[in-house]
Amino acid sequence: MVTIGVGVKFEIHDLNIWFGSAHAIRHVNIEIQTNEILSVIGPANSGKTTFLRTLNRLNELYANYNITGEVELEREDIRSIEIGELRRKVGMVFALPLPLPLSIFDNVAYGIKMHDRRGKKELEEKVEETLRQAYLWEEVKDRLSESAFKLSGGQQQRLCIARTLAVGPEVILFDEPCSGLDPISTAKVEDAMVKLKEKFTIVLVTNNVKQAARVGDKTAFFLNGELVELDKTDRIFTAPQDKRTDGYIRGKFG
Amino acid sequence: MRNPYRAQRIAFFFLFLATLLIVVPVGLIVVIIVQKGLPAISWQFLSDIPRHGMRVGGIFPAIVGTIYLVTGAIIFALPIGLLAAIYLSEYSKDNFLTRIIRLAIVNLAGVPSVVYGLFGLALFVVFLKFGASILSGSLTLGIMILPIIITTSREALESVPQSFREVSLSLGASKWQTIRHIVLPNAIPGILTGTILGIGRAAGETAPILFTVAAFYLPQLPDSIFDQAMALPYHLYVISTQVPNVDEKIRYGTALVLLALVLFMNLVAIIIRYKFRKRKKW
Repeated sequence: MVTIGVGVKFEIHDLNIWFGSAHAIRHVNIEIQTNEILSVIGPANSGKTTFLRTLNRLNELYANYNITGEVELEREDIRSIEIGELRRKVGMVFALPLPLPLSIFDNVAYGIKMHDRRGKKELEEKVEETLRQAYLWEEVKDRLSESAFKLSGGQQQRLCIARTLAVGPEVILFDEPCSGLDPISTAKVEDAMVKLKEKFTIVLVTNNVKQAARVGDKTAFFLNGELVELDKTDRIFTAPQDKRTDGYIRGKFG
Repeated sequence: MRNPYRAQRIAFFFLFLATLLIVVPVGLIVVIIVQKGLPAISWQFLSDIPRHGMRVGGIFPAIVGTIYLVTGAIIFALPIGLLAAIYLSEYSKDNFLTRIIRLAIVNLAGVPSVVYGLFGLALFVVFLKFGASILSGSLTLGIMILPIIITTSREALESVPQSFREVSLSLGASKWQTIRHIVLPNAIPGILTGTILGIGRAAGETAPILFTVAAFYLPQLPDSIFDQAMALPYHLYVISTQVPNVDEKIRYGTALVLLALVLFMNLVAIIIRYKFRKRKKW
């Protein structure tokens, strides 16, 4: 494990998660560094998404959910942070583009409005700023009042990124954000991620091993709820320590 | 040899026949009532009080009474029913107790209306001393339509995709903000459907108002919610069975007005629902 430094965002110690009797995450220890992209790879049902949804406590929506171990955000137990505040700090972009049934403007403004009241002018400025951050402003600036469902899939996903940025997060969780997108839209979303890492800490769950190699600073390989290996991305892809990691990235199973 | 296309044609024929069997009686009812009732409709019939033992004159007090009762029932049942539906769909956990509650609500919808009438008599008229009044009648009708409103509202809330809730929560919105800003606006068409059904039922029932509000004959309009009132279904019952020698066209005219009133109230709700559906975008 990497030693604890000032740059540690998330510190996870001996994490175990059960859904009913199914042991979804087994004894996982991870540190996530500030301003880096951690890619999480692994076959289906390996616990990647469950791990991701632990970080913003979204797993708690499920019945029969049980968790042991410690998850700390900047040295503070995430269970002691008020849940709305935690989710503001730890934003999430979902697998499929999921705009809310609102206009483009209101999709971005929604999260802001939920946290505090702002004047119309201030809100408009904030929406423009975040749409620019997500590289969407030029494409939508003339149609902000249209339904978000009129956008293309890639635009919708960048809208979802903007919506997450709007509430001022420190960490952004991406849950297979390009699984429904074509290569060009995927490239745009990946570009956005690489630029966003200057300001944010990013955790990217992906089924696309090449994507992990392209954008991740570090890569974690999950298998059956266990963290098999975690290392710098180039080391994982050139000299993995575990032969299961090697097998997976070569496409031998999963 | 089996011929799947012939089997399909036969199946389609029976499905079409079944649909026809629903449409034909509805059409016949409307046609007969319009045909027999239309000659009675005049401005005087709609705006005058009943005269000469209800054999001539109008039915204005009964129209007003029914509007009051339906409005009162909705004012009472819609908020309570909606809040109960939100609780059941969004907050309550699935356990033995909530399953019993759900079962009770479904069964409550099947209780005969005369039982609601007796219940209203015992609780509102006698025990709470509201007397036979618009208040008692509205509350009784409200309780009667509560299960309809709860069941349809719950279904409407549960049909809003779970992913919308997750997105809203992931942005840091509270559960209540999520319900208020995402779930409820998208459930309104379904909730209004329940309200429409409730309006129709409340306007047409005779038994629940029989003991709780309905006046046999009341030449003036009610002054307050503690007054008795005439109501169309009960008035129809009275002039059809209790008063001899009432002209047939007056009876059918009353039925036509009742039908038109329910249809009109439904129309308003349908228009509102249509407006909301147009906004629905997923």
